[in-house]
Amino acid sequence: MTVKDKTKETASGQAYKVIGTRPLRPDGVDKVTGKAIYGADVQLPNTLHGAMLRSPHAHARIVSIDTSEAEVMPGVKAVVTAADLPDLDDIYADLGEGIVNLRYSSWKVLAHDKVLYHGHAIAAVAATSKTLAEEAVARIKVEYEVLPPVLDVLEAMKDDAVILHEGLRTRELGEKLEGRTNVASHIQHQRGDLEAGFAAADVIVEREFNTSTVHQGYIEPQSATGLYNDDDRITVWCSTQGAFGIRGQLSSMLQIPIARITVIPTEIGGGFGGKLDVYLEPVAVMLSQRAGNRPVKMTMNRTEVLQATGPTSGSYIRVKMGATRDGKLTAAEAFMAYDAGAFPGSPIGAGSSGIFAPYRLDNVRIDGYDVLGNKPKASAYRAPGSTNAAFASESVVDELAEKLGIDPLEFRLRNAVTEGDRRADGPIYDRIGFIETLTAAASHPHYEAPLDGKQRGRGVAAGFWGNWGGKSSVSASLNPDGSVNLVEGSPDIGGSRASIAMQLAEAMEIPYESVRPQVVDTDSVGFNDNTGGSRTTFGTGWAAIEVGRKLIAELKGRAAILLEADADNVGYGDGVFSSNGASIDLTEVADRIDETGSPVVASASVHPTGFGAAFAAHVVDVEVDPETGKVEILRYTAVQDAGKAIHPSYVEGQLHGGVAQGIGWALNEEYVYDDEGHLLNSSLLDYRMPTALDLPLIDTVLVEVPNPGHPYGVRGVGEVPIVPPAAAVANAIYRATGVRLQSLPMAPGKILDALWAADES
Amino acid sequence: MADRVVVDTTINDEETTVLCEPRQTLLETLRDTLGLTGTKEGCSNGNCGACNVLLDGVLVNSCLVLAPEVEGRTVTTIEGVASADGLHPLQQKFLEHAALQCGICTPGFIVSSLALLEENPDPSENEVRFWLAGNLCRCTGYDKIIRAVLDTADAPQAAD
Repeated sequence: MTVKDKTKETASGQAYKVIGTRPLRPDGVDKVTGKAIYGADVQLPNTLHGAMLRSPHAHARIVSIDTSEAEVMPGVKAVVTAADLPDLDDIYADLGEGIVNLRYSSWKVLAHDKVLYHGHAIAAVAATSKTLAEEAVARIKVEYEVLPPVLDVLEAMKDDAVILHEGLRTRELGEKLEGRTNVASHIQHQRGDLEAGFAAADVIVEREFNTSTVHQGYIEPQSATGLYNDDDRITVWCSTQGAFGIRGQLSSMLQIPIARITVIPTEIGGGFGGKLDVYLEPVAVMLSQRAGNRPVKMTMNRTEVLQATGPTSGSYIRVKMGATRDGKLTAAEAFMAYDAGAFPGSPIGAGSSGIFAPYRLDNVRIDGYDVLGNKPKASAYRAPGSTNAAFASESVVDELAEKLGIDPLEFRLRNAVTEGDRRADGPIYDRIGFIETLTAAASHPHYEAPLDGKQRGRGVAAGFWGNWGGKSSVSASLNPDGSVNLVEGSPDIGGSRASIAMQLAEAMEIPYESVRPQVVDTDSVGFNDNTGGSRTTFGTGWAAIEVGRKLIAELKGRAAILLEADADNVGYGDGVFSSNGASIDLTEVADRIDETGSPVVASASVHPTGFGAAFAAHVVDVEVDPETGKVEILRYTAVQDAGKAIHPSYVEGQLHGGVAQGIGWALNEEYVYDDEGHLLNSSLLDYRMPTALDLPLIDTVLVEVPNPGHPYGVRGVGEVPIVPPAAAVANAIYRATGVRLQSLPMAPGKILDALWAADES
Repeated sequence: MADRVVVDTTINDEETTVLCEPRQTLLETLRDTLGLTGTKEGCSNGNCGACNVLLDGVLVNSCLVLAPEVEGRTVTTIEGVASADGLHPLQQKFLEHAALQCGICTPGFIVSSLALLEENPDPSENEVRFWLAGNLCRCTGYDKIIRAVLDTADAPQAAD
């Protein structure tokens, strides 16, 4: 089902020819036959294999590291520790989903003077085989002074808390405070008169929520091969969401000029925000340099992935909201503390921007805290910070609607933001499709369908993600047969080669099959920001449209020569150039290009800012087993404003994937630590992600309210679908059982405890 | 250095001899010794199914099989699924249904689905879900994968 906005479809009023169709992806055959080369599939001649020594403690001072025994083992070619890394000042880099301080990133890559989480990297070995490297790692002796760990975000904020970084000072609303702390920053968004807002409310609900640390869970572990060549040039092959981002981090962290670094992105086996930061890359390069300039390959195992990469923040959130009897929100207040892990940089920025973003609020205050703890440093995870936030706010919104006796979608509709409304953190919405999305959810057959049976309930929740534009560059060349080679620099995680090639084909009015897209290395195309922030189909697609327009403009001149016409009088449509009744196909112009001059190539670079926010509304039916506490997802419908769905299958796929991850977050997934801060569930059996048996087919509805900030109306679609599920499932569990869960995951044990507590009271 | 073992086996219809350490897994042998990198490593402990291959026609996690165990047996990897005539119907349906996003789990899913359809040519949705519960995908929510497998089973060429 597609809900059409009544605005015009294209600038010229023409229907799209390529956009909206579902062609096969250009990289598909390689991926179904096993030919596609992912990070760990890179096999260079004369390669050495690396292994990492990791901390057995969550928090300890490193007294000494003795690598001598490892260094003399036959077959061991190099050993590195943090002492081999340049000592950096604070250097801030924007990875697209948040700013990081590369000084801290360096300490994350190899522990500086303390280990700060179980699995923190300490030293690395390169040897002639992986087994040998692992054996050598085991012979490195580290003396630790073990310290108590900080594992709870509210404990970490206390004045007498154990401190992770002696030098850290809180940035309080932009100013640096005095005093030792684990609070890296406090941000605040405020508008109106909170007291008056709550005074005007007929109903007020205030609740506390806790969410666990969860991991992105990409199936491909991090892998990097680094070559520090004899000419001091560096080449890195790695699985990443952004080769240029990796290049920049390498340059800063190793203090090597960008001119000497090439990053070759392999196919990427999932990222979800977790493959923006460097982990192995600088280490592999350092090992290569010390091992006689041989390539060094490092691949994490699953335990390393779970212990030491990602994850996203656990959080404590308190939300208070008030509304009038006729269902108008009058005030909203949030206190949000996000666990950043060992270094500053939780997604508290996005979380605090988004927590009330779907609703018109004149009186609002949001306080957000970025708090350190002895866990791996948080990295981006699909709509970073927003699932936690929506779990809290959408649960409270649901409770308000219930207390007021108003249908939960109707309540949201009465308060939904629309064009011209201002978000709590400042931005004013352009044309958005939230109302259309809510309306489509309310009128979907799922929402009307009877739901019979005991312990069954239906829940809804909304979601917001701001999206991102970023910078994209592409180049393209016309072949003699009229086909076009498109060179881009955005790693393709979920079909973006197709969605970008389709936009070029649309712009040039040529068949999709005539475009051959390739993702290339950092030497071979202009700068591209990461594949992140739901920006690739929007931003890199825009660059492809630009390059298509340039090619057509150039080809009009070439056609003019062949038609013996004035270039200004040459028209173009549907693959044909024409002037004064004479015409010539694009393919013939291509074939005869030598008669007109030099080969036809073009490049384009864009930095669009009108990316347009994404909104979602989800409906879910659950059944709760009162004997076991297990929640079964019976039916799920995800409705979302896609702006314009370029390749609807891959847009649907984004909704499916976001929903599945959100359900995992809601019901099962969590980092389980013991009191000493050891991660107890660092395997995929124990870190329980949804399997095929845990989910139903997921119905999707693509609402299309064109984004005025893109030539074809595209808005990012990848992230917002993970935002509503946890709240929607919680609201459904409440309808099924009468119990509101306020802690993620809503695992069977917690549900049983809640049911038993309700029985007793 | 550990003793080496010579293993004679048949991989994708080709007789193959490999020298391996006794502790080496079939997955490591396929990927690192033979360069058959289509079989993926997601976890190394049998949790994710990315390394699924067929051993004498039976679905196994190649990370849980030691290389010396395949002596005298036949192994089918993702590289052996398509034929000279073209893609296997499962591969074609995975493409048509957009049943892959990042694609890292795809070889495992295709090999696993191949074993399913061999054993049960007309599975129900729930039977497909149960069979594929040993294969983790983090991108697709399984929706389009399930549809691709069911569609392959329904297609005429799978019935023979």
